[in-house]
Amino acid sequence: MNPYLPVLIIIGIALVVGFALSSLASFMGPKRRTAIKEESYECGVPQVTTGKERMSVKFYMTAILFILFDIETVFLYLWAKVFRDLGWFGITEMAVFLLILFAGFVYIIRRGALEWD
Amino acid sequence: MGLNAMVSEVEVFQIVAMFIKILVVVMVCMTVPPLMVWVERRAPALIQRRKGPNRVGVFQFRIWGLMQAIADAVKLIFKEEIVPAVANRRFFHIAPMIGVIPALLTASAIPFGPDIELFGYVVPLTVINVDAGFLFILAISSLGVYGITLAGWASNNKYSLLGSLRSSAQMVSYEIPLGLSLIPLVMIFSTFKLNDIVVSQNNILGWGVFLAPISFFLFAISMFAETNRAPFDLAEADSELVAGFHTEFGSTKFALFFFAEYINMFVLSCLCATLFFGGWQIPFVSHDTVVGILQNITEDYASLLAALVGMLTLIVKAAFFMWFFVWVRWTLPRFRYDQLMGLGWKFLLPLGLFNIAFTALIIAWRTF
Repeated sequence: MNPYLPVLIIIGIALVVGFALSSLASFMGPKRRTAIKEESYECGVPQVTTGKERMSVKFYMTAILFILFDIETVFLYLWAKVFRDLGWFGITEMAVFLLILFAGFVYIIRRGALEWD
Repeated sequence: MGLNAMVSEVEVFQIVAMFIKILVVVMVCMTVPPLMVWVERRAPALIQRRKGPNRVGVFQFRIWGLMQAIADAVKLIFKEEIVPAVANRRFFHIAPMIGVIPALLTASAIPFGPDIELFGYVVPLTVINVDAGFLFILAISSLGVYGITLAGWASNNKYSLLGSLRSSAQMVSYEIPLGLSLIPLVMIFSTFKLNDIVVSQNNILGWGVFLAPISFFLFAISMFAETNRAPFDLAEADSELVAGFHTEFGSTKFALFFFAEYINMFVLSCLCATLFFGGWQIPFVSHDTVVGILQNITEDYASLLAALVGMLTLIVKAAFFMWFFVWVRWTLPRFRYDQLMGLGWKFLLPLGLFNIAFTALIIAWRTF
């Protein structure tokens, strides 16, 4: 039996549970729709702007930096598994890799990519 | 022919065992959120010296207001479902469901007890028993971001969008310290398999928290940020963003977000207990001792009973961390957003890298 078989079954169960729960209220609850009720929430006044506004570029920067650092985390995982077999060779290699990475990290901080103002 | 029959018998047994395990995990996961909603309302009452919900019950049986959870569920089901006119309807309906899938998947990758020997077969008590172990958990748990991002975007409301952007930026940022914090554990135990990690923590001095204390520190902080819990609940900072990404969601859709959040909390608590606190092993009592004692009572079902004891132990350990989540929420004030990002990137990330180098040097010094 493939060990990944339960993954499919659990995705199926989660979809069924999710669909049942999220559609339950549309069967059970009252339906008295009015135009005012369907307006977006805006603290009691008519909606001024929708959510399709310009957003800070900082979120984009965070996402890009995340991808860079997450990939190096994946490299580190594989290295950590075989680290005892590699011995000092592996440690030196990883130290060089981490130093280069840390230089990039210092550069990012110096350029103010992580400053939120 | 005989060989064929035997192989298929093993497979039938494995499939039946798999379905029973899935049932157990799903049932536990479905019980945790209502119970936690109750705890989340009684605990602050305890901390703030007031009563909390203690009235709901059947006739005079109030059992500390435990029925409040059922009353809440019934209320949510009979609420009117409102979809804003400007919302993207398709994604508005899909978004709450997306969060539940990774929550249940990660829950089923956690080993909740020792291997059972039943009718001559060995059953590992992990539903998704893969060698990748916690790499699988890390990979799947990051998918939870999609549900939150989609929910904020589909609502077409600026509070929702800002809440979901904050939340996703926060979750991806703290995934790096979370990932880095677990690397020393791979180096120490040389395996990705969670059950092997639990088995190697058979001595209390061999617990992950003593072997890699900095890892535990990093993991514990990232745990709060990953689940968007106070003091890092910037995604739903009530005073600024109404309710963040679920501002527009009501009735059972709102309940689904809560389900996902509490299951994620439960999974991270279990993971914390598994990686750092010996998982299903009772402190100071080895697994063999437990089996030995149980074998005096029943010869045949000793491993089954030992598995039950293991499950209870894990649940007690996880319950402590669930309590810790609630405790911290009602003790610490909320961070500011730039403080949160600064903490993640400028303090936890370098600390995580330092931790790896430090652990590598210690292991090298002691073994090479």
